Amino acid sequence: MTDTAAPAIKTAEKPLFEGAEWNFDTIQRVHDTVEKIAVGEMGLDVYPNQIEVITAEQMLDAYASSALPLLYKHWSFGKSFAQQEMLYRKGFRGLAYEIVINSSPCISYIMEENTALMQTLVIAHAAFGHNHFFKNNYVFQQWTDAEGILDYLDFAQGYIAECEQKYGHGEVERLLDAAHALQQQGVFRYPRKKVPDLKSEERKFRERQLHEERVYDDLWRTLPKASTPGAPRDSREEERRKALLQLPQENILYFLEKTSPMLKGWQREVLRIVRNIAQYFYPQRQTKMMNEGCATWTHYTIMGTLHDRGLIPDGAYLEFLQSHTNVVFQPEFDDPRYSGLNPYAVGFAVMRDIERACLTPDEEDHRWFPDIAGCGDPIGVLKDTWHNFRDESFIQQYLGPKVIRDFRLFDLSDDSDEPTYLVRAIHNERGYREIRNRLAWHYDIARMEPDIQVVDVDLTGDRRLMLRHRAIDGVMLEEGDARRVLGYLADLWGYDVLLTEVDAATDMILKEHKAGPRRRFG
Amino acid sequence: MHIIDRRLNPKGKSLPNRQRFLRRAKALVRDAVHESSASRGVRDVEQGGELSIPKAGVSEPTFHHGQGSGIRDHVLPGNKEFVEGDRLPRPPGGGGRGTEGSPDGGGEDDFRFALSRDEFVDLFLEDLELPDLVKQKVAASESVSWHRAGYSPSGAPANMALGRTMRNSLSRRIALKRPNKAEIRRLYEEIEDRERKGEVSEELEALRAELAELLQKTSRIPFVDPIDVRYKRFDPKPKPIARAVMFCLMDVSGSMTEDMKDLAKRFFMLLHIFLARRYKHVDVVFIRHTHTAQEVDEDTFFHNRETGGTIVSTALEEMMRVVRERYPVSDWNIYAAQASDGDNITADAGRVLSLMQEDILPICQYYAYIEVGRGDGGLPGHHARRESDLWSTYRRIMGPEVPMAMRKVNHRREIFPVFRDLFKKDGDKAVGRVP
Repeated sequence: MTDTAAPAIKTAEKPLFEGAEWNFDTIQRVHDTVEKIAVGEMGLDVYPNQIEVITAEQMLDAYASSALPLLYKHWSFGKSFAQQEMLYRKGFRGLAYEIVINSSPCISYIMEENTALMQTLVIAHAAFGHNHFFKNNYVFQQWTDAEGILDYLDFAQGYIAECEQKYGHGEVERLLDAAHALQQQGVFRYPRKKVPDLKSEERKFRERQLHEERVYDDLWRTLPKASTPGAPRDSREEERRKALLQLPQENILYFLEKTSPMLKGWQREVLRIVRNIAQYFYPQRQTKMMNEGCATWTHYTIMGTLHDRGLIPDGAYLEFLQSHTNVVFQPEFDDPRYSGLNPYAVGFAVMRDIERACLTPDEEDHRWFPDIAGCGDPIGVLKDTWHNFRDESFIQQYLGPKVIRDFRLFDLSDDSDEPTYLVRAIHNERGYREIRNRLAWHYDIARMEPDIQVVDVDLTGDRRLMLRHRAIDGVMLEEGDARRVLGYLADLWGYDVLLTEVDAATDMILKEHKAGPRRRFG
Repeated sequence: MHIIDRRLNPKGKSLPNRQRFLRRAKALVRDAVHESSASRGVRDVEQGGELSIPKAGVSEPTFHHGQGSGIRDHVLPGNKEFVEGDRLPRPPGGGGRGTEGSPDGGGEDDFRFALSRDEFVDLFLEDLELPDLVKQKVAASESVSWHRAGYSPSGAPANMALGRTMRNSLSRRIALKRPNKAEIRRLYEEIEDRERKGEVSEELEALRAELAELLQKTSRIPFVDPIDVRYKRFDPKPKPIARAVMFCLMDVSGSMTEDMKDLAKRFFMLLHIFLARRYKHVDVVFIRHTHTAQEVDEDTFFHNRETGGTIVSTALEEMMRVVRERYPVSDWNIYAAQASDGDNITADAGRVLSLMQEDILPICQYYAYIEVGRGDGGLPGHHARRESDLWSTYRRIMGPEVPMAMRKVNHRREIFPVFRDLFKKDGDKAVGRVP
């Protein structure tokens, strides 16, 4: 296709690049043009951008440390590197085109092997799509501190290296193993009063160190006074103790850091580092689908605009369409390639559906989305969703019948007491709402991950730590792993631990797991 | 916006993590290396390659939901014929065709990953060593390292210690009261000032005299004097190095079939890799023999074909000749490895015996003999094959105090275990025992 054959709506602007080659001027030009569209026309609000060019090998390196530019050293990252490298070398898996970091400035890594078109796509996707989402979504605002994360990671890396020097690799590794096992239980799921401020973390560390030298342990203070045998337990005493220990507590790492009787100061600090990093990733896990949807919708819109204005040649646009369709491809459930719902596909589809309902609504949209149908401002509506929703609530609010039909979604119920699966709902009038609810649950991290809390400490007896798993719909923990994690927990706590699994609906005890310390820390 | 080129940054940022992982999984990886080395050629040992270790050894447990309890719902795409209320048979084995994105990533599979060449060879050779590397010799010239050792008043200009020199200069100038610039300038200005006013007085004369004296003093006391100058001093420190030589003796006579030569070459190749990687200062001497023996270079040793009769003692004599000429016993640790099919002319046995007992074994730290078999692993009938000439000769030498080991290799797959057995690090060495 030549320029003369191009449709007449194109303006006479010169394309941003010719062919696949690029240099730093190209990147700068592309960024500035995309910025004009994204910020100037679409009104996106982003952190300052920093684009870093890396090689494929460096990209593999970046994979290995949870995509963070600097992270402390641990064998598990080496393991994931070995695995990624294997898959990559054997050609089972390509590399991501980019990695973007929720920080200010927002860092996007782009690979030198990418073509000029891919770099344009990546800049639109990461440097503006993800960047806008990071900066504006309420979950990120509530939980992460984009300004401070790089400094904090730097501090954490240095601190852990220092601990390795002081206390030996083995000791630190064992502690990190234990802490990693409990990492998912190291986040606060419900907002605290204070926005986290990672910059002050390092300063606070010094203060804590001073404080901890005059160790003050709630456990000892709250030891009940000797009471006459057989006297009824003072229930107010128990309540006071639980309040002091902030029980029940869902953040097990936080609880251990604050109350474990055995741990030394540096060990508490390492637990704190692990849980701070887990907390940093928590919003990303809650908004994976929306985040990718937002970035995909943004790049799709921007690339379309660039092409309309003749800034991208037709051939390159075809290349874009090919990678775009790869990204949003959703294999069906019986396809060998199926490995769950593709967050890019779902997010993009729902957002396109919102756009459609805003611009060309039909009767069904008026019924399902009375607030937005035909409002004519898709970007405004989408920005509102990007700011105020997470995956679960977004699906609950915006998954419409058209998307359900397009994906031909159905709900399959697997009851372990039944010999067969049950198809509970399909894409019809009766099933839409059921599917929407179920899929929303599917995106609800609090529901998909086991709900485990520290409920009490048996202070009168053997100081046993008691935890409870609320088994929703009777789904219990995988026993082998649970036992191993409990072993780590007992090492950290220093005394026995008891995990009780109770049915969420009936409070019936389903199972108990016990573990004692093998080699306690401290 | 900033664009930063990070391509120049070092890659391999995750190398420390990788090393930690290998250390963590070391026992598992080592087993896997030994297992996989059995199926490789010797050349391939240096290739590195893919390994798999049991996942359980490097698992990272977390709390997660298990299978087989409670009710769970899956929302799946791509419905074709199902309608609400359909009941579908549960696929056998519980798991299902990927309906559950199994959170642990799929059971107790093996964990596969690739080792680099260096990692592979290091692990393979890790617990091997040359026994009794004791005669550590301080060699004369080349093994000297230089260490900083204070300052000296003489030395090469490149080594001048500027800080120290200037410090000395300053203290000398202060001690000798060398006038400073400011003082001289003040005097100049004052004299000039007074001269301009046309003043003529004794005071002015005194000032002039003072200035002249100061200037004279300045020229007498130099800013930097040769006695100030200091040089960084370096001390030579002799570095002890263990010097060792390995003699590789191979029988290439007509009785050795191609298979047997291949086995022997594989053994020496392995030995060569082992020595080259583990000991920097090991010389290797290659000697091959038929009814005559000659020292050859590595390439000839491994690749040349020659054939003839068999007289083992010629090789031993050749070895003694080389020792006498180039490797004085007082300075070198001497090792030897011999491979042969065990055939020797009967008349030579006495000569071999005396050479071994009187000349070679007394000077050797370790002598390894491998006898290559016919590769058939012992046919039925051949089972009680008669002991070879050389084997029975050497057997007479063996004793608990003799630094010698003998092994038989009949098949390619036995080379690795035998090699490891011969050079194992710990106490239960093959020395002095006949298997």
